[in-house]
Amino acid sequence: MIAEAVLKPGGDAATALYIVSFSMFIFGVRRGTHPTTAKQGNTIAAAGMAVAVVTTLLLDGIGNWGLIAIGLAVGAAVGVIASVRVQMTQMPQMVALYNGVGGGAVALIAWSEIRHGIAEIDAGAIGSIPLETLVPVLLAAVIGSVSFWGSNIAFAKLQDLIPTRPLAVPGQQVVNALLLVGIVAACVNIALNNGDPSQALFIAILIAAALLGNLVVLPIGGADMPVVISLLNAFTGLSAAAAGFALENVALIVAGTLVGSSGTILTLEMATAMNRSVANILFAGFGGAPAAGAGTTEERPVTSIGAQDAAIKLAYADSVVIVPGYGLAVAQAQHAIKEVADALEQRGVEVNYAIHPVAGRMPGHMNVLLAEADVPYEQLKEMDEVNPEMPRTGVAVVIGANDVTNPAAKDDPDSPIAGMPIIEVDQAQQAIVIKRSLSPGFAGIDNDLFYAPNTSMLFGDAKQVASDIASEVQGL
Amino acid sequence: MTLFTELTIFVLAAFVGFEVISKVPTTLHTPLMSQTNAIHGIVMLGGLIVVGYANDPLEYVIGTIAIAFGTINIVGGFMVTDRMLGMFSRKPKPKDGDGKGGSS
Repeated sequence: MIAEAVLKPGGDAATALYIVSFSMFIFGVRRGTHPTTAKQGNTIAAAGMAVAVVTTLLLDGIGNWGLIAIGLAVGAAVGVIASVRVQMTQMPQMVALYNGVGGGAVALIAWSEIRHGIAEIDAGAIGSIPLETLVPVLLAAVIGSVSFWGSNIAFAKLQDLIPTRPLAVPGQQVVNALLLVGIVAACVNIALNNGDPSQALFIAILIAAALLGNLVVLPIGGADMPVVISLLNAFTGLSAAAAGFALENVALIVAGTLVGSSGTILTLEMATAMNRSVANILFAGFGGAPAAGAGTTEERPVTSIGAQDAAIKLAYADSVVIVPGYGLAVAQAQHAIKEVADALEQRGVEVNYAIHPVAGRMPGHMNVLLAEADVPYEQLKEMDEVNPEMPRTGVAVVIGANDVTNPAAKDDPDSPIAGMPIIEVDQAQQAIVIKRSLSPGFAGIDNDLFYAPNTSMLFGDAKQVASDIASEVQGL
Repeated sequence: MTLFTELTIFVLAAFVGFEVISKVPTTLHTPLMSQTNAIHGIVMLGGLIVVGYANDPLEYVIGTIAIAFGTINIVGGFMVTDRMLGMFSRKPKPKDGDGKGGSS
């Protein structure tokens, strides 16, 4: 039916269309680096993807349309429903999940390529699988499988399906190293026997890589998960590029490499924003030593206040800085806190929001969440802008944030978060911390801020507390 | 394509990636990660090629799952990025940007 419109695989027309497609990716990502053009850039990249998909569907000899239609329909349905339904707060795990399925697709394609090669050898069509195909296939299989399972674990942690705190297994590093050595050895074995590669061994590689993906990500604490997701994103990109080498597909090579290298930069930038090194995040088991902090936790006195006291403190302050954290988003308190801000502004109190670079669960995540609640962009202050103003701030309200306000990052060189840039709430004249309990944050360490003399704790659900404060302020 | 042509493309693309993404404001890290994430969904093409030329049952299954996975990656990735960026862009004018839809 469409037979007239077919393109020769690897032919000039198909390659030209793939070049158009990857140019649109590059242009789209470039536009994505500026706030004003980002949305347009995303649309351009999506259009580039459409070009690539249509080109492939028009390749000569492509058949099994029923199966292709099923795959496309199921994938599109899941993708559309998930992306429309997902809450903005769940964005990090959504990205992890999408990244995971991408890696899974790469691993499956690699498996299929190996089977294809073996079938051709059995049929006598080729004597052996050429190494320039086999090596990329093995790379794609290993990285894709690691990425799929690693991303799934990251998703499960962020979705609270498994504990977010680091899960360490004794001898973890040794096991990981052994797995890696085993995978490399098996790959070398398959590559050396490329005239008769063992499919069973290949499947063993997929399984070992899956184990490795699980074991590497499990010990990493929830706070570091965004960096891990970004890194796995880069990995999946590289595995896609490897699949491109195997399939001799220029669009896959360029797009995959583009994601691999830009993802690497993004990962490094995120790690820098948290003042951690990537190696440290991957291998240190962040929060794995909470014992140091936990020892000092016992029964230190805190000042606890109610919504009414908080309202009075806020209403009679000159300036208020709101420090929102992920807890605010979880409680869906964005709108309630906006009400508090509105009520305070009506009384002439200056209100600003201090956004830590990694507030929420990813860099820039909090900006998205507050934008959703229509908080004016001008009131969102970055950390560097807010910290010098802190001593002149009447009341700093910490709502659902914890680690990013912990003065231990500055004061205690032994703290697991030592050196992480923080919002210096402890420098404000007064601080109110709205929180469910004294429990530690993602980093799993105690926060000295809670016990400071000028800090008042207001225990409760962020949304409930914020609306209580809002009505109290309105009633004053 | 020879191996060395492919390697040349690989190396140049790597530098383009580094170049293009340098100095991104933190505000955009989340949407950009999500967008590049959608782009690697291009492996779906591999799934299409596998299924398109497959002729044994297991490959049908593997390939179809790969297509579905890749499509989730692509469609979900671009749409969710679009939603996120919609939150940013509706700010200057309080015109209702209607967060969803729009892409592909």
